[in-house]
Amino acid sequence: MSRDASRLSLILLFAPFVLWIGLLIILPQVGIGYTSLREKISWNEYSFGLKNYVDFLGEPVYRNTLLRTAWMSILVTALALVMGFPIAYYIAKIARERSRAALFLMCLIPLWVSDLVRAYGWIVLLRETGVISTALVKWGIINQPIEMLYNDMTVIIGLVYTVILFMIVPLVSTLQGMDDALLEAGYNLGGSRLTVLRRIIIPYAMPGIVSGCIITFMLTAGSYLTPILLGGKNSSWFTEQIYNQFITRYNWESGSAFGVALLVFTSFVVWAGLRLTGQSLATTVAKD
Amino acid sequence: MKPSLRALLAGTAMALIAGTASAETLRLLTWGSYAPDEVVKLFEEEYPDIDVEVTFSNNEEMIAKLRATGGTGFDLAQPSHDRIYAAQLEYNIYKPMDLSKINMDALTPNLVEGVKANTTIDGEVYSVPHQWGTSGIMANMKEAPDAKGWGDLCSEQYQGRTSMRLRRTILLGTAFGMGMDPFALYADPAAYQDMLDKVTEKLIDCKSVIKTYWTGGDDLSALMLSGEVVVSETWDSTAFKLYGENPDIVFVPPETGALAWIDTFTIPRGGEADDAAYKWINFVLRPEITKMMSASTGAIAAVPNGIDLMPEDKRAAISAAFDQSDIDNLKFFANIPPGIEDMEGLALERIKAAN
Repeated sequence: MSRDASRLSLILLFAPFVLWIGLLIILPQVGIGYTSLREKISWNEYSFGLKNYVDFLGEPVYRNTLLRTAWMSILVTALALVMGFPIAYYIAKIARERSRAALFLMCLIPLWVSDLVRAYGWIVLLRETGVISTALVKWGIINQPIEMLYNDMTVIIGLVYTVILFMIVPLVSTLQGMDDALLEAGYNLGGSRLTVLRRIIIPYAMPGIVSGCIITFMLTAGSYLTPILLGGKNSSWFTEQIYNQFITRYNWESGSAFGVALLVFTSFVVWAGLRLTGQSLATTVAKD
Repeated sequence: MKPSLRALLAGTAMALIAGTASAETLRLLTWGSYAPDEVVKLFEEEYPDIDVEVTFSNNEEMIAKLRATGGTGFDLAQPSHDRIYAAQLEYNIYKPMDLSKINMDALTPNLVEGVKANTTIDGEVYSVPHQWGTSGIMANMKEAPDAKGWGDLCSEQYQGRTSMRLRRTILLGTAFGMGMDPFALYADPAAYQDMLDKVTEKLIDCKSVIKTYWTGGDDLSALMLSGEVVVSETWDSTAFKLYGENPDIVFVPPETGALAWIDTFTIPRGGEADDAAYKWINFVLRPEITKMMSASTGAIAAVPNGIDLMPEDKRAAISAAFDQSDIDNLKFFANIPPGIEDMEGLALERIKAAN
């Protein structure tokens, strides 16, 4: 093939990717960044400046909601890791070849239903007159119906349920690549189960752990439906603030600033997380 | 997010139905239940060359959607009468109506005049009324027979058994309940802020009493029907629907006056099917269609005998709720000047974030 032809085919192959990134990711981000720098003086009057960001930092309501969202997202990520790791290990290493696909499929099935329906599922289970509360009263375990909905705990349960799959999938694919001989060698050299886990399995699974954690953290921090539907009168979530700015207050300028703040802050948390655990993207996610 | 999911479903369903058909499309942007399937079907039978596409929404999202597209994408919208003036001045998303194309004789004159007064800009009228109703409280008479005003939502005798929607209506209602008149303060932002501060403080104290904030009609219905909540802020139409299922649940017009809204017909600036829009307006104002519409919305049509055209159970619910003095005491939402909603938004965020 001539050089021109191969260049053309390369361009054609890359075109969908470049269009996707350019039109659907970079362009909207630039638009949001631009809007966030526009100051609304009064209606129909604008100038440029950092006022929206100053306002964001100056109002404790927004700062605290962002910190709260980040903190709860970290908690959700940690829970998803702790709960997802054994499941992934079982699927990848312990289950037999034939049942592996079935188990994997069982993890996937909840994803076929929309977020909204899953959230309503939790509502039906957890509300004061819901399935669990009614059953407990009927069996005489509690006297009064209890309300399990509308608090932070419910939000965390709902979020872990929603995102855990995104933790399991990368873990399974990493762990599947691990040679069983490594484990046998570990035990042969006198390692206890804990040592083998700590010195062999976890280091090996690190790329999966890092990418799983990044995905779940970002999904959680950016989620909207679950915190809104399951959360109660005190459960603010940062995406709700963004919605309020855009929709209730017609204030696209500060809504955009909030969007940028969320992106920057969550990116910072991911960076800090990588630094604290001594990992880097090059040695984990981007590893061959 | 309920409305958007329903919109998606409705949109998909419509796309499937409309797949084969031709000519013109009427894209409606309206409230859930304001375009019942049977009405859409009858309309399409009468005008076979028009397809109706329905998107369900609410006041804030209607404005946001039209603002994002500069008023294109829809041919007929149904915002409330108080949300048109400022949105039009600020974002220029609607176009004036040609009243000669509407069968004005079908409409209640005083509602028409009320809407005109609210939506006339530079001598052009932007809206006509369609359905009206009120916001107030509803109570389960078995458990809360004494509920009679906005203040009862924060009364400790109903600890953990009340609910409200954290939107501007509750700010206004609470202000009335505290003896202030927010509509009179609209023109004076400083005084309005002062009022909002008092209301914010009151509603923050109130958080320990309420069970949760409801977010949509379905949510509220579940809370009331299960008995988990006994007193709640509500739209009267939702209360009338629940009355059909449990006659203990009645709408209570607050003693300071129920807040009345009028949902309108308004044409977006980029609407491409004005004729079809006028046809739809005239069609749904026919008495036999009004009947179906009111059965679905639970709101009262802006036609002279609107209440008579309600189905039996809703009429019973209305007479259980309102007497003449309540109707005389209605407080119609006044036009919101630009800027006011921004102040209210901050107040709502403070309330939500407070512990």
